[in-house]
Amino acid sequence: MSSCGCGSLTQVQPAAPATLSTRITWRDVLGGWRVRWGIGRMSYRIAPGLYRIGQPDSKSPVLVTANYKLTVDAVRRELTGLNVWLLVLDTNGVNVWCAAGKGTFGSAELVRRVEATGLARVVEHRRLVLPQLGAVGVAAHEVKRATGFSVSYGPVRARDIPAYLAAGMRATPEMRRVSFGWKERMVLAPMELVPAWKPALGILAALVALDLVRHRELTPHLAADIVRFFGAILTGGVLVPLLLPWLPSRAFSVKGAVAGALWAAAAAWWLPTGAVEAAGAALLIMAITSYMALNFTGTTTFTTNAGARLEVRRSLAPILVAAGVGAILRVAAAFV
Amino acid sequence: MQYILNGHSLVLDPALCNGCGRCEEVCPHAVFSIVNRKALIARRGNCMECGACRMNCPPGAIQVSSGVGCAAAIIAGMRNKNAGCADACNCG
Repeated sequence: MSSCGCGSLTQVQPAAPATLSTRITWRDVLGGWRVRWGIGRMSYRIAPGLYRIGQPDSKSPVLVTANYKLTVDAVRRELTGLNVWLLVLDTNGVNVWCAAGKGTFGSAELVRRVEATGLARVVEHRRLVLPQLGAVGVAAHEVKRATGFSVSYGPVRARDIPAYLAAGMRATPEMRRVSFGWKERMVLAPMELVPAWKPALGILAALVALDLVRHRELTPHLAADIVRFFGAILTGGVLVPLLLPWLPSRAFSVKGAVAGALWAAAAAWWLPTGAVEAAGAALLIMAITSYMALNFTGTTTFTTNAGARLEVRRSLAPILVAAGVGAILRVAAAFV
Repeated sequence: MQYILNGHSLVLDPALCNGCGRCEEVCPHAVFSIVNRKALIARRGNCMECGACRMNCPPGAIQVSSGVGCAAAIIAGMRNKNAGCADACNCG
């Protein structure tokens, strides 16, 4: 670029960075709740680019994040009273860790965004602070080579950013560890329940049909089946995540089956039936809870790809057999 | 918590390691320690094979077969060869 600042005609002059508030409104809270239930989750995003938090100057730190609005909200909420730049990458509205796994929160997008925003002219220093979980997609040494900016990986959680900055960009070991406490497991439970809705309608229709074919009217048998079934969904989608550390075995399918067996026992005690019906219901319940628990692997913070492959290979057949035998027993119990 | 096969494929070549400490910095499960200016796999059983260490190792001293530990994505891939992580999570 020439010294007169006129540059080339093809280069788009970056717009002046907009200011982001650190206040979370009820609208943000409602929006976060909606996307947890899967409503409009993939269009919950903000425009990528450079934003101001407070009144940053050329010496202020530059924090980098993803353009999922839930992520941006989690970050800006923690920055109250700070003056920093926020560089938002285009991750197609996906959170930092998942986007880093896909490579959209990656070296190429970071280099592109640093250049597109003219960051080198906005700040005098040459340092970017990335969320630690972004490291899955970003190679710090490549970004340095391409842009001159060195990358510091900040804390895993946004709430540790003020302490990290105050300590001169030094993270404690605690800030670097990813946690998965019960609150973190529960906030994701709706995402386990939502995919269950469609198959649930099919199973509900089958239960109604069974009752109508057998008794020519709706009977208490149907009510018992519905209680057992929704109990199974809640066991797989809520109870398994909640009790995850205490359920036996490392295999999620086994954890799910154990939780399912507990619910089947409780249901059999609460809704006494014949042995065949109880056995059929128990097998169906365990198939549902085991499969839902298996799918929870992707939500956790410690599963490996090789392990999940092995578990899918070993558990899918037993789950399908349990579901098949359970269905046969449940139908047989109605007619014997 | 630990899963199945944690850290199974993680390999560190001490001859290539320059002791920069990036692996220790980026690991979300504190798998690495730096001892005498060399990285060391101190807690292999905690490794979820995310690949952040390999990605950020300038001399290329770390190898790990990384991927998402997600059964839903693997099942989606079994049903449709081209499907993967994005299809399981419906996130483009």
